Amino acid sequence: MMDEKLRRTMMFVPGNNPGMVKDAYIYNSDSIMFDLEDSVSIAEKDAARALIYYALTSFDYGDKELVVRVNDPATEVGIADLEAMVRAGVHVIRLPKTEKAEDVVFCEQQIERIEKEIGKEVGVTKMMAAIESAEGVLNAREIALASKRLIGIALGAEDYVTDMKTNRSPDGIELLFARSMILHAARAAGIAAIDTVYSDVNNEEGLIHEATLIKQLGFDGKSVINPRQIKPIIKIYTPTEKEIQKSLAIMEAIKEANAKGSGVIALNGKMIDKPIVLRAKRVLKLAKAAKVLE
Amino acid sequence: MKVVKTGVAGTMESSDIMITVCKSDKNGIDIKLESSVEKQFGKQIKAVIEASANRLQLKDAKIIAIDKGALDCVIKARVETAIYRACESTDYRWGEQ
Repeated sequence: MMDEKLRRTMMFVPGNNPGMVKDAYIYNSDSIMFDLEDSVSIAEKDAARALIYYALTSFDYGDKELVVRVNDPATEVGIADLEAMVRAGVHVIRLPKTEKAEDVVFCEQQIERIEKEIGKEVGVTKMMAAIESAEGVLNAREIALASKRLIGIALGAEDYVTDMKTNRSPDGIELLFARSMILHAARAAGIAAIDTVYSDVNNEEGLIHEATLIKQLGFDGKSVINPRQIKPIIKIYTPTEKEIQKSLAIMEAIKEANAKGSGVIALNGKMIDKPIVLRAKRVLKLAKAAKVLE
Repeated sequence: MKVVKTGVAGTMESSDIMITVCKSDKNGIDIKLESSVEKQFGKQIKAVIEASANRLQLKDAKIIAIDKGALDCVIKARVETAIYRACESTDYRWGEQ
């Protein structure tokens, strides 16, 4: 079943920075992703793991979705990350550099083992997979279907463009295939699709350009590396007044038709079918989340 | 757990605490704290450090703490990391009392 949670922005927080870990809840991101992987040096992996364990078990992050990017579960460091984070009650484990379905399955087996060891309900810890290579993109469908725990798949573009022997451009033509593959895989599996980070934090215009593109493609949201990037992205995901009014009228027409017991629903002479209703519901949800509708 | 070398964790950045755990020739845990908020919170910070050391059953050690306004959970994380490093242990005991 489609997970209904909004994930317009997922904010990266370096796992070994107490100040940023402490302040992460004050920003308006839908999800917070604490990173134990690339932003933490090898020598500090243990320190970051302990810091995030105690942050997750101490701080109240409200209704935010809490995600931890662990190190490769095929390594000792990655297993140690899973041992700590599942015990800490993280909502979602983000698997880095996912290349094939087996990577997801292996990680899931480890999570399940830990859940059983500590008497936690099996399946309560969710997962998401980051796809960051040509191999991963080509296997996106199998990856997205590899576990019921998966709530989404994400594109990690920096590693991906390197693998593709190219680099990122303002229009992102080099990412079009990967984005399309990941989106189709996610939609076919009924899970979320999260776009990659926009690394140039001082270029708001570039961020807006990219976020507009990925929203139009159909992505649920985008990863952000700086709190300043949250507001412009939420604005792009906020429906216009016209869209809101149209969606409200559609929902009202359904209500009226149901009250009359009428099977066919029409608005201004046009038939309203299921896709229109689904779109209207999503518009209203986004409007409420952006607080432009009560 | 027994100290086998000096273990350090944390930084001198704001909201952090730098913890050094080293061998001590005295019995028990000897805590030395330096903090800009020592007057108001010194007792509390030392209590958190001591509780973490006791939780991991640390034996006969000196703990030097330089606090930069760390919250309790940060103190716990840094003390435990420094202890594991000082004892050269990776036998993490998450959540056990």
